[in-house]
Amino acid sequence: MQQAQFPTRRHTLAALAGLSLGAALPALAQKKYDPGASDTEIKLGMPMPLSGPVSGYSLVGKVAQAYFKKLNEAGGINGRKVSLVIYDDQYSPPKTVEVVRRMVEEDQVLAIFGGLGTAANSAIQRYMNMKKVPQLFIQSGAAQFDDAAKSPWTVPLLGSYQGEGRVFARQILASRPDAKVAVLMQNDDLGRELLKGLQQGLAGQTKVKIVSQATFEVTDPTVDSQLVQLKSAGADVLVMAATARTAAQAIRKVAALGWQADRYLCYAGSSVKMAMEPAGVENSKGVVSLAVYKEPLSPRWARDADVAAYLDLLKTHAPGVDPGNGAGVSGYLVATLMTHVLKSAGDDLSRDNVRRLASNLKDVQLPMLLPGVLVANSAKDLHAYASMQPVRFNGVEMEATGPVLAMK
Amino acid sequence: MNTFNTTARTTLAQASAPARSGGFAPGWTATLAIVALFAIAITFVAKGFQLFQATMVLSYAIALLGLNILTGYNGQISLGHGAFYAIGAYTTAILMEHGGTPYWATVPAAAVVCLAVGYAFGRPALKLDGLYLALATFALGVAMPQLLKYKHLEAWTGGVQGIVLMKPEAPFGLPLTADQWLYLFALLVTVIMFVIAHNLLQSGTGRALRAIRDHAMAAEAMGVDNKHYKSMAFGVSAAYTGVGGALSAIAVQFVAPDSFTLFLSISLLVGIVIGGVGTLWGAIFGAVFIMFVPSLAEKVSKAAPWAIYGVVLIAIMFAMPGGVVGMLRKIQERFKTRAGAPGG
Amino acid sequence: MDAFLHQLLAGLASGGIYASVALALVMIYQATHHINFAQGEMAMFSTFIAWSLIQAGLPYWAAFFATVVLSFVLAAVVEFTVIRPMHDKPALSVVVVFIGLLVIFHSLAGWLFGYTIKQFPSPFPQDAWYGSSMMSAHEVGAIFVTLLVVAALFSFFRFTPLGLAMRAAAQNAASSRLVGINVGRMLMLGWGLAGAIGAVAGMMVAPVVFLDPHMMTGVLLYAFAGALIGGIDSPLGAVLGGFLVGVLENLIGTYVVGTELKLSVALVLIVGVLIVRPAGLLGRTVVTRV
Repeated sequence: MQQAQFPTRRHTLAALAGLSLGAALPALAQKKYDPGASDTEIKLGMPMPLSGPVSGYSLVGKVAQAYFKKLNEAGGINGRKVSLVIYDDQYSPPKTVEVVRRMVEEDQVLAIFGGLGTAANSAIQRYMNMKKVPQLFIQSGAAQFDDAAKSPWTVPLLGSYQGEGRVFARQILASRPDAKVAVLMQNDDLGRELLKGLQQGLAGQTKVKIVSQATFEVTDPTVDSQLVQLKSAGADVLVMAATARTAAQAIRKVAALGWQADRYLCYAGSSVKMAMEPAGVENSKGVVSLAVYKEPLSPRWARDADVAAYLDLLKTHAPGVDPGNGAGVSGYLVATLMTHVLKSAGDDLSRDNVRRLASNLKDVQLPMLLPGVLVANSAKDLHAYASMQPVRFNGVEMEATGPVLAMK
Repeated sequence: MNTFNTTARTTLAQASAPARSGGFAPGWTATLAIVALFAIAITFVAKGFQLFQATMVLSYAIALLGLNILTGYNGQISLGHGAFYAIGAYTTAILMEHGGTPYWATVPAAAVVCLAVGYAFGRPALKLDGLYLALATFALGVAMPQLLKYKHLEAWTGGVQGIVLMKPEAPFGLPLTADQWLYLFALLVTVIMFVIAHNLLQSGTGRALRAIRDHAMAAEAMGVDNKHYKSMAFGVSAAYTGVGGALSAIAVQFVAPDSFTLFLSISLLVGIVIGGVGTLWGAIFGAVFIMFVPSLAEKVSKAAPWAIYGVVLIAIMFAMPGGVVGMLRKIQERFKTRAGAPGG
Repeated sequence: MDAFLHQLLAGLASGGIYASVALALVMIYQATHHINFAQGEMAMFSTFIAWSLIQAGLPYWAAFFATVVLSFVLAAVVEFTVIRPMHDKPALSVVVVFIGLLVIFHSLAGWLFGYTIKQFPSPFPQDAWYGSSMMSAHEVGAIFVTLLVVAALFSFFRFTPLGLAMRAAAQNAASSRLVGINVGRMLMLGWGLAGAIGAVAGMMVAPVVFLDPHMMTGVLLYAFAGALIGGIDSPLGAVLGGFLVGVLENLIGTYVVGTELKLSVALVLIVGVLIVRPAGLLGRTVVTRV
């Protein structure tokens, strides 16, 4: 650093004062801002499927926005207000590219977070990494988002789908050593990767076999035919890689068929309000799944402070949102996680710092997460949800069946 | 007497207007020049993502041109043209990814592949008419994403993960960004496709197509080989839409089954009707509409953006059932008759 | 063999869903010679109305009939305000209007009622004698209701003067006016009936599929296919077509190609049927003479 000339004593004194001030308050002197961050504001972007086949998940954005509104009323993050830009990407990759490019190039956001959909996020992955803009906390567990070497700016949120499959495999091997497994899978990455994980978990032994698989599309009205097919293969274990609505139909049909099978349901579909209750609580007893957050309407958490705060937020800032809808909780979690990252960034709100912090989370505890479920990641495994709680539905709520499992 | 003559003259004028695919004869060259200047100016004025949007508009315009050839000029309705858009896009993606083909060569390749597929579809579909053809094409549009996800084709299509592509850089070291270069490339392709379409529709083939649309039996009686022309119309239409798809694949740098749902097919149909069925310029207006109006609707209402979009659709159909070009033609004719047709 | 029978019955059950929506499509076609692409969404919207009434405390059958009446009125109003002004416009412009309606109803339902799936009650008791493990009581009951509606429609069109007047108005508006038929009123009536039938279809479908704005998205194509296969101008044909589509889809998906290509192959087969019998199985072949 070049020292300026000090022609007068006043200048010298001023410079010395400035230097000491700078030494005493390093934070002030090291404010770093990338586009989207300033002294008063942090701009974030979130592409959301406001229309299209999964428009139900737009609640994620609604609750995130409500959270930031409340946060801003309380002063924001380190004195900066958060402004969240949400555009409709119609759950269509070309549209996602368009709105994300607009967010980055026109709205100049600091980072994108909480995006939904494997295809949509795959479409923008290369662009985000090329432009060096953080693509954080993707609501997908697909394997291609966990690649610290080739796409360090991308951080997935959900635990890997393959990991879930492996967990189910372990549980099946432990509970039914000569099981015949049938798999009902959504015809997309959720289904394919869960199956892969299941196969990986069952590799190297021959007692437990996958005897039948059946796929379905999200738009299929019913899955009755698939379930009849799976049952007639003689299976006594059913693994469902499905979202809530199809899971509800499947569980109900299994009961109607009188099929006595151990049922495993992936995280994406497990929700008391949206899957177990519509299927019928008697029919859903015994369904095994993996959970991450506290179900807001569960009697177990009736007096829990976090849940109360969540319900209060909905009441005051997002009145249209159904409290039992899991998508809302996902929005809350992703917003609190983002807030945690931004808070720890302090005054260094450069994109690189944000990325770095989001990829090196250490045992973060977020409100609404189940006790013991932590958020942690590193270059070896970027999935932010580090652990999941195995649960079983007991007719009223999902109760824990053992210790929290690490998904890494 | 006089009114009869005028009516006859205006009717004749209306009947001959569609034959001139431009439709705005006065100041035709001037309009063209202005449009060309505007199009090229965009390259240097627009920001990165705006150029991306412009490139997508061009790809939709070519696709709409294709659909218009089939539905507007030949009267065969298609509710599944998104499938050909997808085939064009995937042809480009597979050639670039697995074949190492340069991007500019994949565009004619996509055209050829779609021509073949379109003809193969059009030939058996000859027996279907109106509603039944609509169902058949609807089915094609619905089935395409599932076909693309099929696990035995996964090695080629990338299955549900899709295929990621690289955007080409400007050649010969020109001082253009990738976005700018791609936009100019798309512009060039669009102009070429429009010129070909214009010539095709002006020629005997075009007249045959229109004859079949207006009265298939009479056309057959006059010696037009309905079977051949109708299948060719399907093939050419598919080829055009495939070229549009190919351009979009390069622009988005990604193809996946989710990009080509039934909704795309419906949007294409909406596009040609809003633009103007049976017109060439309608393709541009339609493309701009389907690209930008959903985002505008979203600005109006985040809670129910598509309700606004639906209202806009209905309102436009009420106000201009002939689409934008239909409306422009009406305005043009009013100026003509006001300018004083003798005996008027 | 047992599995085959089971698949057959499951196909009939889902076919019942397609058949009931196909019926509404045929109704509108017979009254107006248009295919209402918004039919599924209107049926879904009606079902939400029924759900709200039930939530507000109305007993099932009161809500059922109130919804049927409300849907009748809503559909008639839609015809009068939106479709009537387009009666002399090109067919494709009318199609775009239908698409606009589809999108409006879908979006409104999402906005007004939310996207959480909702349970919808069934009027058929779960342990009724006609239910079994292969086909639930509701599914049997729903098919029965559909057949009832078909019979009613059939008799209406065939044996009542009003039905005749409606068919006449659709086939030849000018001549109908000359014999004193109020064509406008016939169109509204036709739409109203289609809306009512759609509401019934929705309320029969919702207990099986669960109620949310996307309930009918996957159904419309199959309903459309069923209606065309059976013959677009025959209510009975539409219903038979719907059942056929449901069964075909299941059997092909299970025994021929596997579930991964179910959609594609079932649809190829449908198109194949149409190529062989273009007017549908029970439709009347229209012969054009020069």
